[in-house]
Amino acid sequence: MKKIITTIAATALLSSTAVFSAQQSPIVQADINAFQKHFNRSFPKLSLNNFSKGPYAMNEDKKSQFDAIMEFPPFEDHVEKGEKLWKTPFKNGKTYSSCFSGGDANIRANYPKWNTAKNKVVGLEGAIINCRIKNGEKKIGSGKGKLAWMGAYLTALAEGKTINVIVPRGNSKALAAYKEGKKFFYAKRGQLNLSCADCHVYNAGKRIRGNTLSPALGQTTHFPVWRGKWAKKKGDGFGTIQRRYGGCNKQVRAQPFKRQKDQYNNLEFFHTVMNNGMKISGVEYRE
Amino acid sequence: MIKNKHFSTLALSAVMSIAIFATPAMADKKSNKSLKKAAKTCKSVHPKDVSGCALTFSRSHGNCLACHQIKGGALSGNIAPPLIAMKARFPNKAVLRAQIWDATVKKPGSVMVPFGRHKVLTEKQIDKVTSFIHSL
Ligand code: HEC
Ligand code: HEC
Repeated sequence: MKKIITTIAATALLSSTAVFSAQQSPIVQADINAFQKHFNRSFPKLSLNNFSKGPYAMNEDKKSQFDAIMEFPPFEDHVEKGEKLWKTPFKNGKTYSSCFSGGDANIRANYPKWNTAKNKVVGLEGAIINCRIKNGEKKIGSGKGKLAWMGAYLTALAEGKTINVIVPRGNSKALAAYKEGKKFFYAKRGQLNLSCADCHVYNAGKRIRGNTLSPALGQTTHFPVWRGKWAKKKGDGFGTIQRRYGGCNKQVRAQPFKRQKDQYNNLEFFHTVMNNGMKISGVEYRE
Repeated sequence: MIKNKHFSTLALSAVMSIAIFATPAMADKKSNKSLKKAAKTCKSVHPKDVSGCALTFSRSHGNCLACHQIKGGALSGNIAPPLIAMKARFPNKAVLRAQIWDATVKKPGSVMVPFGRHKVLTEKQIDKVTSFIHSL
């Protein structure tokens, strides 16, 4: 009997914290600390926010290339298009903003988010699509184009906000999703048998052929990103982080997964939580 | 890039072909092109073993330059030790071949691609790459 009572009390306590202020799971917080400490030790000269410059933080020559391009950013037109799309009301008169609370500038830094109703992780792009469907609009493509431009607008708007993605304490389903994402990140994959961590943790800062590998810490601060490579292939250069996941999976000759499904959503959950405390760096250029 | 034959189920490859990947025929074309390009370089830098060198350098085959520095290879990575003085370090060619066939046997978790175990290269191609590397 005593046991039952304490269980009830504990559940009540846990659910109340989950409802009123979602606190980070302590297991996850310990992971964040260890992950960030690893990079801090490997690159003692870099401050936490420096890591968001990826390959450009690792290499002086590349950094000046980056700075030159960022002086006249090739992507501003599409960020403006994103803003226009975002502000255009649906046929029912409502706007995208109506699906989010806390003001447009505060959206980006809190995604991906654990959705308690669906018991799933929902990424920013997923949330925008859900918002359209809720308001009777059609789905739109999820890796680039309009959705990426709107995401880029929200990222520009959120520049300087601190990433704060929460795996709610005491929520076993959210923790399981986080763990799935973590497993994905460290699992060897594809014909070439390489994990995300093989390239972006253990070999960050090193070169693979001609490419300098970015550290996983700081990879989520500037997405959707504008890439020269994507601009050359038919497209305007913008892509979401899940588009990039697909590219990195294909590099190791693994099947890319579908975007906005559990595999990549959970991966993005883990990946972004590891960047908690970093600032959104706005829209950026990548090679 | 080599086609993903060994790692795709039929259903997945159906999805894949609609998406971004080349059809198998195109993938073959691409990898032949990559091998030819490597052979061109190899003719001048390793004229004694052009085919072994080409398999080693080609991005669609060994692509060993992704991680290792090798004499005559441009744009190499620095993830792994440079491949030099191989005879001195691997007097036994079979040990060298085993490293290329599956590096994770000697070092679990190694980031080196298990070329034989994952059939990235055929057994014959591995023999050729081994001989070439052993000559360095
Ligand atoms: C074979 C090596 C390799 C593997 C494995 C790999 N990547 Fe990458 N990744 C790269 C390279 C090269 C780039 C481009 C340079 C850079 O930014 O690191 C890149 C870029 C990225 C970027 C873009 C960073 C930016 O600032 O624009 C993200 C995000 C990323 N990778 C995530 C992942 C994830 C997640 C996985 C596992 C699913 C993964 N990568 C696996 C090599 C790899
Ligand atoms: C993705 C990275 C990667 C690729 C591609 C790669 N290697 Fe390696 N290789 C390594 C690493 C890392 C080591 C260090 C030992 C280990 O981890 O197994 C290594 C070790 C070796 C060694 C042992 C060197 C020594 O001094 O002990 C040989 C020989 C070798 N590789 C040959 C090759 C050949 C030949 C190819 C291409 C057919 C190749 N490697 C492709 C990463 C790679």
